[in-house]
Amino acid sequence: MSRWSWQSRLSGSFLILVALAAVFAPWVAPYSFETQNTFNALALPDPHHWMGTDRLGRDLFSRVIYGARVSLSVGVFTTLFAMWIGTVYGAVSGYVGGRVDNVMMRIVDVVFALPDLLMIILITVLLGRGAWGIFLALTLVSWVTVARLVRGEVLRIKEYTYVEAARALGASHRRILLREIAPNLLGLLIVTLSFRIPVAILAESTLSFIGLGISPPFSSWGTLANDGWKAIKFYPHLIFFPSLAIFLTILSFNFLGEGLRDRLDPKGG
Amino acid sequence: MLQYFFRRILHGIPVLLTVATLTFIIMHLVPGGPFDTEKKLPPEIVANIEAKYHLDRPLFVQYLLYMKQVVQGDLGPSYKYLGRDVSDILKETFPVSLVLGLFALLVVLGVGIPSGVFSAYWQNSALDRSLVFLATLGISIPSFVLGTLLIWSLSHQLHLFPPALWESPRHAILPALALGLPFAGYIARLTRATVLDVLSSDYIRTARAKGLGEGAVLFKHALKNSIYPIVSVVGPLTAGLVTGSFVIEFIFSIPGMGRFFITAVTNRDYPLIMGVTLVYALLIVLANIVVDMMYAWLDPRVKL
Repeated sequence: MSRWSWQSRLSGSFLILVALAAVFAPWVAPYSFETQNTFNALALPDPHHWMGTDRLGRDLFSRVIYGARVSLSVGVFTTLFAMWIGTVYGAVSGYVGGRVDNVMMRIVDVVFALPDLLMIILITVLLGRGAWGIFLALTLVSWVTVARLVRGEVLRIKEYTYVEAARALGASHRRILLREIAPNLLGLLIVTLSFRIPVAILAESTLSFIGLGISPPFSSWGTLANDGWKAIKFYPHLIFFPSLAIFLTILSFNFLGEGLRDRLDPKGG
Repeated sequence: MLQYFFRRILHGIPVLLTVATLTFIIMHLVPGGPFDTEKKLPPEIVANIEAKYHLDRPLFVQYLLYMKQVVQGDLGPSYKYLGRDVSDILKETFPVSLVLGLFALLVVLGVGIPSGVFSAYWQNSALDRSLVFLATLGISIPSFVLGTLLIWSLSHQLHLFPPALWESPRHAILPALALGLPFAGYIARLTRATVLDVLSSDYIRTARAKGLGEGAVLFKHALKNSIYPIVSVVGPLTAGLVTGSFVIEFIFSIPGMGRFFITAVTNRDYPLIMGVTLVYALLIVLANIVVDMMYAWLDPRVKL
């Protein structure tokens, strides 16, 4: 068992900090995310406004903190939901095997071949550009990756002698899946979670950046970056800080995922 | 080989059909129609327009009519760009996206493979560690962040490259970098892992033992066997570059298919949405087939 690398430690601490800031946003943020002060619009970063203010004089630092709520929750909850579907689907497919497995995997193949960002855009527009649309759209395209992974693992694990022993003892399928196989999947699932969350955050922020994602008054980091994009030439700080938040968060999840993989899933290296 | 090709094409048909059907359903569930305007049109005119484009027929009939048209190779007229066929628009915008994609692919492979090879060859050196670190940075940076960063620094501040539009090869450099570099990180890591794996195999030890120079060991023996896993991801990679390109086209105001897709979605231009989606899906299916065939052609151990 290897030690945590400094990157993983730093990343973990950073993510905890961001998550806390997101949860306790009203207490952490120095200003409200919507208070306008047109006398102090488009200010550069200074001691009062650490990240400056936007074109309506709203404090960017506070908006980034509130943005973390949207960006993180979309990333985390979509991934959790997609992983739940993918795990159940993949486990059933791998465990039952045979024809059922064949049909189920064919469906996965088709979903896999969809141009995913295009589908996400379509579904998001369909459901009215809220967090819900993005949530469902992202889930729809991302559960298949998990389903494939889990199926492969279950195919391998179910051949183990201890599973055979359980079967010989007359354990039900349900018991074998939940009590014998599932605990062995846990490492893989945790690692996958850490690598899939940044993918979801990336998709959401990309969508919001091109103006098809989360729309005001709620702002994700992508929405904030889109705001700043319009003024990039003269007020680059407006796009710099939200982009930095996205980048650092995705980077941290990736480093954390690597650290987790080294510890929990030595085969996956 | 030829038989395999046709079999794969046959397998691709259900995928395309699913894409078409799903897109069609989703599109028509979206509230708002293509001919909603600020000013209310007289009902007779609306009825006329809808009759012209069969929008007054039941959805299922519309679907069948559309599919019949597509099978005959006709993607229909655009609803918003009046008097223009979807195929015309695609003929203009697809080459732009394709060129952007190919440039980006060049960046991905040109940056990713060499840095992966260097990393593996000098494993655990300072060079290796910094390249691996850079690769992780690359994977984590969204292409729109990289794109805006490049525009701000190299274009607005240093005036080295044009910040937008699509007129000369110089216009293609920043977009290709923004699109390609994040993927180059993936390729670098994959290459590193494969080359490391190959370098520890017996035949490499044999090659070294018989006194072969390091250059020959690396380039003639190791790289040949390392190339297969890389080739196998070029298919999904192409898909990623293709669908990723619309963000880049948006940032750099490039008149490619992706930008038209975004406006088509907001305009509810049904035939244009369908057309672009189908071309993307077809491209992805074809890329995967070509890559699998190339794989078999390169590696004599693989049978189709």
